[in-house]
Amino acid sequence: MPVKVIIPTPLRVFAAKKDSAEFPAKTVGEALGKLTVEFGDLRKHLFTDEGKLRSFVNVYLNDEDIRYLGKEDTPTKDGDVVSIVPSIAGGKL
Amino acid sequence: MATKAQTVDAKAQFTGLSKDEILRYSRHLIMPEVGMDGQLKLKNAKVLLIGTGGLGAPLGLYLAAAGVGKLGLVDFDVVDSTNLQRQVTFGAQDVGTPKTLAAKNRLSSLNSDIEIETFETKLESSNALELFKDFDIVVDGTDNFPTRYLVNDACILLGKLNVYGSIFRFEGQATVFGAPDGPCYRCLYPEPPPPGLVPSCAEGGVLGVLPGIVGSIQAMETIKLIIGRGDSLAGRLLLFDALGMKFRELKLRKNPDCPVCGKNPTITKLIDYYEFCGVRGEEAPASNVQVPEITPRELKSRLDRGDDLFILDVREPHEFQICNLNGHLIPLGELPRRVHELDSSKEIVAHCRSGKRSADAVDFLRKTGFRKILNLKGGILAWSDEVDPSVPKY
Repeated sequence: MPVKVIIPTPLRVFAAKKDSAEFPAKTVGEALGKLTVEFGDLRKHLFTDEGKLRSFVNVYLNDEDIRYLGKEDTPTKDGDVVSIVPSIAGGKL
Repeated sequence: MATKAQTVDAKAQFTGLSKDEILRYSRHLIMPEVGMDGQLKLKNAKVLLIGTGGLGAPLGLYLAAAGVGKLGLVDFDVVDSTNLQRQVTFGAQDVGTPKTLAAKNRLSSLNSDIEIETFETKLESSNALELFKDFDIVVDGTDNFPTRYLVNDACILLGKLNVYGSIFRFEGQATVFGAPDGPCYRCLYPEPPPPGLVPSCAEGGVLGVLPGIVGSIQAMETIKLIIGRGDSLAGRLLLFDALGMKFRELKLRKNPDCPVCGKNPTITKLIDYYEFCGVRGEEAPASNVQVPEITPRELKSRLDRGDDLFILDVREPHEFQICNLNGHLIPLGELPRRVHELDSSKEIVAHCRSGKRSADAVDFLRKTGFRKILNLKGGILAWSDEVDPSVPKY
């Protein structure tokens, strides 16, 4: 059951410049785990050393924030889209 | 959750439009969604723009053209030629002029009927509440995390709407914070990212049209909030990918435990935002590594003497194309797996654009056993300033 993970611009440099990747996964956490296995450099940007999702990384399942669903244990189904949305500050630049 | 906001209070002093104004705004007036009512709301509105740069340019132009009665402009910066690629309020003749002054001149020439107040100052915890209090809506077009959190908290404390836009390279975000029952910036991002995990200058840059699009979206939201029409972006985060030319939208929820807008707020006055982001924010130096250095002049004289120095350029290939010192190119990110290309018995001078990435490279190489390695102080920018002005700066 492939789940599509959308990789945001600032993190693409750690993911072979890809904008998305697909993995079979039963939960959001499993999809993100597989993403960081494929792209090892991404891991420290998404997870703490203890393996917890970093507090400044927002993850959405389709259009919902997983903090208001089941966090990393939120179940996924075929065709779901997981988005990583980091904070960006630029504007005046 | 779409929130309609009433922002223009009963202090409205204008009750009519002049004949010239009716002609100028006729394309608004003939739309029932704006009409005379909406145009008078615009005329009575007071909007504060934080930043007059990339996002501030379309914001200022469209809000002035639309007849927003009072615009406040906050910026401490001076126009430089690298701004002109995207900050379309400014012309080449403005280089060297304070941005607030140059923007005021441009916006006044576009619409002399509106009032423009300039604040040539850095937005700080000490002045934010005083600056914001006389305005109905604050529009955030800044470029750093401490100011983003400051704008957010000040807006929440004063009950002001915060029209938010942010950009990075070719990706943009926009929403409205601070609407009644709507979320704030801290509901979305409780904490700023640590400095090591924000993109370095190697991945910086911005496509010039992008702030034009995101700033225009902010201008549209601001006008809708003023005239009280349509569904605002409050409760929705709009994501724009310019390369894929895709718009997406995510739901934003108010966090009941939010430290500033939640039920039991713990932040009830403005704090030190540099400290809050200081260790972790973008403004903090990404690395404080102390490594042996060589100045551009010393390097030049040693090269002239014929010393056998190996120049290592740790920038990206597209930067090498702009200018280079004939060095051996290994981008910082590739250094760990390309160390074998370097000869540790030779003396190496590493450089990048400004000296930060190469300091990291020198630090890394010293840890892997290289002893004769120096960092070019100030990078290729300093080389251009001190040794060879024919090397272009970027």
